[in-house]
Formats: sequence, structure tokens, C-alpha cells
Amino acid sequence: MIFQPAALALLLAASLNALLLGGSGVFALHLLRHWNPASGSERQIALERRTYLVSTLVGLSLLLSLPALALFVHNADAMATFFTGAMCAVGSLKANTWGMPALWAMLAGFFLAAAWLVLNHLDSLGWDTPLLRGKYRLLLVLAPLSVVQAGFLWLYYLNLNPEVITSCCGSLFGPAASGVAAEMAALPVAWAMPLFFAGWLLTLAAGGAFLARRRFGRLFGVLAGLHFPLALAAIVAFIAPYIYEQPNHHCPFCLLQREHGYAGWVLYLPLFLGTAAGIGAGLAAAVRADSLADVAPRVAAGLAKVALAALGLFGLAVLLYLRRSHLVL
Amino acid sequence: MIELVAVSKTFNAGQANEYRAVREVSLALEPGRVTALRGPSGSGKTTLLGLIGGLTRPTSGRVRLDGRDISALPERFLTRLRRATFGFVFQQFQLIRGLSALENVMLPATPTGRPYAQVRRHALDLLEGFGLGGRAEAKAQWLSGGEAQRVAIARALINDPAIILADEPTSHLDSALSTQILAILADLRTQGRTLIVSSHDPLVFEAGLVERVIDLRDGKLVP
Amino acid sequence: MRAWIERQRGLVDFAVINLGRRWGRNLGLFLAYTLLVFLLASVVLYGDALRREARLLLADAPELVVQRLTAGRQDVLPAEWRERLSGLRGVHAVEGRLWGYYYDPASAANLTLLVPAAGAPAPGRVLLGAALARVRGLAPGDVLSLRGYDGHPYAFTVAGILARESELASADLMLVHETDFRAFFGMAPGFYTDLAVYVANPREVRRVAEKVLDRLPGTRVIAREEMRRTYEASFNWRQGLLLTLLSTVLLAFVLLAWDKASGLSAEERREIGILKALGWETGDVLRMKLWEGVLVSLCAFLAGYVLAWLHIFYADVPLFTAVLKGWSVLYPRFTLTPEVDAGQLVTLALLTVLPYVAATLVPVWRAATLDPDEVMRE
Repeated sequence: MIFQPAALALLLAASLNALLLGGSGVFALHLLRHWNPASGSERQIALERRTYLVSTLVGLSLLLSLPALALFVHNADAMATFFTGAMCAVGSLKANTWGMPALWAMLAGFFLAAAWLVLNHLDSLGWDTPLLRGKYRLLLVLAPLSVVQAGFLWLYYLNLNPEVITSCCGSLFGPAASGVAAEMAALPVAWAMPLFFAGWLLTLAAGGAFLARRRFGRLFGVLAGLHFPLALAAIVAFIAPYIYEQPNHHCPFCLLQREHGYAGWVLYLPLFLGTAAGIGAGLAAAVRADSLADVAPRVAAGLAKVALAALGLFGLAVLLYLRRSHLVL
Repeated sequence: MIELVAVSKTFNAGQANEYRAVREVSLALEPGRVTALRGPSGSGKTTLLGLIGGLTRPTSGRVRLDGRDISALPERFLTRLRRATFGFVFQQFQLIRGLSALENVMLPATPTGRPYAQVRRHALDLLEGFGLGGRAEAKAQWLSGGEAQRVAIARALINDPAIILADEPTSHLDSALSTQILAILADLRTQGRTLIVSSHDPLVFEAGLVERVIDLRDGKLVP
Repeated sequence: MRAWIERQRGLVDFAVINLGRRWGRNLGLFLAYTLLVFLLASVVLYGDALRREARLLLADAPELVVQRLTAGRQDVLPAEWRERLSGLRGVHAVEGRLWGYYYDPASAANLTLLVPAAGAPAPGRVLLGAALARVRGLAPGDVLSLRGYDGHPYAFTVAGILARESELASADLMLVHETDFRAFFGMAPGFYTDLAVYVANPREVRRVAEKVLDRLPGTRVIAREEMRRTYEASFNWRQGLLLTLLSTVLLAFVLLAWDKASGLSAEERREIGILKALGWETGDVLRMKLWEGVLVSLCAFLAGYVLAWLHIFYADVPLFTAVLKGWSVLYPRFTLTPEVDAGQLVTLALLTVLPYVAATLVPVWRAATLDPDEVMRE
């Protein structure tokens, strides 16, 4: 057990989140069964009122998830001194089985909550709340996820043992390692770099086409979603080595450290924001409802603008880091 | 044009204290006229006024505004519609203490997102028009009854609604002040607004303002 | 967008007016909130500052320290042990170190005398830690007289005061020349206090330590990482313990916030009813109430954090010195180096603002969903 303020704060946050969203999940079941907009019964009015609480809760959850995710990684990084062999967040996260699952669950929670809020916003703009059932079905995914997330986090911190000899990022992303992470790291730059920039430009082009012509909105959403793993792979494959100026240092977490000018934060924040907004734009563009025929495209365009700005910024930051680097791969 | 079709409102349904305030009321109200709901206290006037103005949701039946069924609208839309269409003047004025007359008048405009300066200008104009220009900064609790009622009317007008609903507008005023308020209501009528007033005050009915009277008893229309 | 901003502005305006109108009622909550942030922030700031000091302390330390044990106690070791280790694979350098403790009755503190590997003062001169210089009232040029192992006084001329990048590490430090050190403590030439072993590759430290034990059985080998981990663990543990104790305070605060938020007066209920009747939607009232919470949180958080900052870095930490520092020597005066860290702020916000928001959310929502026609039903 590791007993420190950041861990306590994260456990508190995740537990509250699980409690609030878990409760919302139970409510979602209730609502899906009894919802009847035509009725003026007191039950219907009570259900309607409860939806305000749920929207606020998911909003709070989203607001919480990004700082919590950042704190989780930051703290894992700071804890590296605890574990023999750990040099950065990877070592701490690999110190037991639960670190990486917790990280993935938090990532999924962030994007799902963002998508839910986009749906919720659209739904509230239509007089007949056309997306209500859809968004509450999605809540049935989000709620258990929040419980799982809290579970992983508890398991992770309770089972942390400083005696454990963990692996440093070199063993996860290094030449001798195996697994997905190592394969990403082993991608030859000669085609990883063009592939990444092609994907990036394609995503931006789809977004631009959507803004200019009101077409390819769904495509943009899908591309923004696909761009995220591509960008992560690119960071491991070549962006990180360029920033470290070391051909064999592929770690995506060491980037967050002060020694590397907090490059990780510069890259990840716009990437996350852009991906969430891009997926949201795609969702908004995909919505088919008469009562949203006017507003949905406007919401989609607004989100697309945010996504384009953030993803553009991300790509420019990558270019800047590559230019500044003295490394030649 | 407001239509009510077989509208009922039951409070505390299914409980021992179940209370049917309005029963199966159907009526149509024409625009640009002054209608009064008349009946003893407990006859359902106020509830009916709330149903007409979208403040109260019917337990059964339909309310239509210009042909659109508003009884099934989610609260968010109903409120938006209500804000744009109806201005309410409540019994006992219902001003918020601690806020100035001006701030009280501006309150209904807050959720609309109209620019602050514009709303403030409009509110000051309204107060000026009611002879309250000098009282704009006075706290609500320092206003006299007549002043408070005029502030309440100004507040009902800030979003420039087509229909004004007034619940017992003269019940807390003496005869002189009542006459003054009735004159203001008559003015609103000449501006082309629809007025729906609930009252059992003979002064209201004698003033020659009311064009149509709807009598209520025990939550039902008296034919 | 413009309308959205105007609306939020209107809601914030109203929230400010509301807080102002009921400041007496909100004052108690605000003070409790500030106190909570102050306590938690003090623990977190203090622990982090100590941890940082410890890290600085260890930054220049060798990867391994080899000590000779005689009957389980540390003993001086012969200089030829140095040669026996320098040939080891993976060892970059081996240095003999000279250091010791001296109890100074005048300042009632344990002083650390140390011969630095480089930059030692000339014989007869001394470099002093800032805290020690302060207590003894010494400035460069003054003479410090201490009683040696044989009872004779030794006079050292103060050559300078150590820069205080880390006061925890240098507060009680005296840097002296090797000949002075040996004379003062009566340590024969050819002996060292311990050996510092520098290892080039951090991954080989463990293997090198095993080889050292092979060559010099009966010695104690201390790894720097081990020390760091021990420090961290001890600070974390103490900090966590304090925070857990404070969780009862947090719980009390949450109950207070819940109570304040759910105990709406008749007047407040009436006002929310009026707002809703005037065309405020549930969402508007909810947002206005949330703004109130945000404003209270922001003010309380800032106030509590600033107070904690002053408490830790400028007021000598009266509250938890004994619990957190855990050093055997009590320093006469001890100033920590201030540092702000984003992770720390997020941690504090999660520990204080989040429980507040969670506690008030449901009551606020309940208030916001009052019937709009309630005003008419009087």
C-alpha cells in the first residue's frame, strides 16, 4: 500500500465518481423502462427532473477525469523513485498488474464522458429530446466503466509494493522487448513518419471539408478517433526519440518530465482535446433527428473548429520538436 | 390563441391528500382581449392561470399555444416558450428582498442571454414609464404596496411578452391604488397585449376593462 | 456564444448578490472551508518540501556507501580497502570519506563535521551551515572554538557560510580540512569513516554491491536509491497518516456543507420559486447555485492555500514539525524552500473542492427542481 496525498486524492475522486455515476446507471435503467414524454404524471415529471442531476454529474465526471488522469500519470512518474528499476511512470505503472488497466480505463472514461456530454447537449436542443434513449444507453456503459475504473485504482494502490523490482521504460519500449508497445517502438521511421503525417493531414482535410462543405462530418469523426492511436504510435515510434535525442529511448511518459521541457503536456493536452472534440463533431454530424435538423450541424461545426485547432496545434508542436532536435534517424 | 382541451390537474395523486384543483376544463382564449377568471378562493383560478401560462403541467388533457401542443414539451423548451410569450404578475408581488427594484425587473431577462446594458436600459425605461424612475435603486423591501405592484408589472414586461397573466392584481391594494393598476393594465391592452386576469375583486369587473368573464367553481367551468 | 457568456455573467452576478445577501450564513461555511484547505495544504506543502530537501541531500551522494562494522557498530576502515574495491568491474571511482558528529553544548545541537572531496577550506578554517552560523551568531572572519576529543579547545576561523539551497542538508554542517578533522577527532592517518563507491551505470548498482560484499565480508553497503526510498516512504507514510487523521475533519466539513446546502430556508425556497416562475429554467437555477459553490470554493481554496503557504515557509511550521520532520536533531530555525507544483494543486483540489461539490450537488439540484408554480400556491 502506498500512502501518499496524490494517491489518496485519486482514490477519493475515483470512488466518488463511481458512486455518482454508478447511481446514475441505476437511474438510467429506471428511466429507459418508464420514460413517457407524453405523460404529465408525477413520475414522468420526477424522471425529467432527475435527468438534470445526471447531466450535471456526468459533466462533473468529465471535468474531473482530465485532471485526475494527469495527476495519475504525474504521480506515477513521481513515484518512480520508489521502485527499483523504475525510471519514470512506466516503471510505477508496471509495478503491479493493475496500473496499466487503470490508465486505459481512465482514458476510455474521458472519451466516453466527452461523447456523452455532446449527445446530452444535442439532446437538450431538440424539443422532443430525440437522443434521450440513446444517451441513457450509453450511460449504461459509462456507469460500470466508472466502477471498474475505481476498482482498478484501488487494486493498483493497495497492491503497490516498494520491494518489487519493476521494469524501466527501456524494457517496455526497447529493442529487446516484445508486445504491442515494443512493436510500435520498432516501427521504422522511414515509413512511420510519413504514415503519421499523412494520417494527420487527412484528418485535418476531412475536418476542413466538413467546415467548408458540410460533408464528410462522420468521416471526420472516425478519422479523429483513428488519429489518436496513430498519434500515440507515432510518439512512441519516432517523436519521443527525437525529443530525447536518443534513438533507443521511446518512452511516451518520460516526455512529461521537466528534463524534457514538459513536452508531453504540450503534445497530449491538445491531442486529447482535439480527439474528444473531433469524435464529438462526428457524432453531432451523424445525428438524424427532425428536431435537430438545424442545430446539429451547427454544433458539429463548432466542435469541428475546436478539434481542428487542437489537432492542428498538436501536429505543429510535433513538427517543431522534430525541427529542433539534433537527432537524425 | 390558447386552447385548453379537457385539462385536469391533480396534486398528490394517489395519496391520502389527493386534490383535484382543475377538472376537465376546455376553453379557447382569443388574442388581444382581456379575459377574467372569476370565482371564490379555492375554485382553481390560480391553478388554471398556471396551466394557461405553462407554469403548471396538466395531469391530463392538452394545452395548445398557437396550435402547438405545449403540454408535452420538456421543461427546458416550455420555459423558453413561456419566457418569450407570457409575463406573470403574481399575488403579493413576489419581489426578491435584498435586490433593488431595477435588479428585480431585470431578473426574467437573465436566462435569455440578452446583453446586460440593453436589458438595464429597457428596465429603466419601464420603471420610468410607471413613474418609478427615482426608485430604481431602492431595495424591494423598502417599496410601498403600490410601488411594488408596479415593479412587478414592469418585471412581467421585460421580455416583451404578448400575453400578460395577472393573479389577483388588486388583492393587496386599496381602492385608489387598485384603480391606478387597472389603468396600467388598460394601457397594456391598448398596446395590443392579451390580458388574462384572475380575480374576485368587484373593482376589476366594474372598471370596464374585462371583455370576457370565465366563472369557475370547484375546479370546473360554470356554464 | 455571446448569449452564453451574457447568461453566465447574469448568473454569476446573481450568485454574487446572493452570497452577499446571506454573508452571515455563508461566513461559517467559508471559514470551515478555509480551515480545511489550510490544514490539508499545510500537510501536503510541508511533506513535499521535506521530500524535496531530502532529494537535494541525496543528489550528490555516491551510488554506494561502504561502512565497516565492528560488533555491529560502525567503525573506521583502513585506506587500503579503497584499492581492493577500485579494481571491480562497473566501479567508476572509490573515495575515502571523513565525517563525524560533534555535540555542541552551546547550541544544544549535533553538528556534522565533514571533509569535502573538493573545495575544502584551508587548515584552521571552516565553512559553516547557515542555521549553525545563525545560532552561534557567527560571520566570516569570526573564530569558532570547539573542544576536541582530548578536551583541548580547537579554534576555527570562519571562512564562509554555506549557500542554502537545501537547508535541511546543510543546516548543521561544518566543512573542515582533513588535517583539522584528524586532529580534532584523534583519527589516525590511513583510516577513513567510510568509502564512497561511484557506479557509472545505475542498473549495475545492485551487482556491484554484491561484489563489494564478496570482497569485504562483514561490511555494510548502503545504496543511494535505498536511502531515497526510505526517505520517501517515511515522508509519504507520515503525510498519509496525517491526511487520514484529517479525513475526519473532511467528513465533518462535508456534513456541514451538505447540511447548509440542503437546509433551505422558507425565504430561499420562495426565491427559487419566484425565479422559476419568472422563466428561469431548472438548469439556470442549478448553474447559478453551482456558480455560488465555485465562488465560495475559489475564495476558500485561495485563502486556505495562501495561509498554509505562509504557515509552512514563513512561520516556522508550528503545527506539525514534530510529526513530519522526524529528524533526531531539532533545528534552531528552519526555513524551507518554497515551490509550487501543479500536481500538488490538483491533489489539494481533489481532496477539498471535490468533496464539497459532491456534498452540495444533490441538495442544490433538489432546490433547483422546485415547482415553478409553487409561488402561486400560497
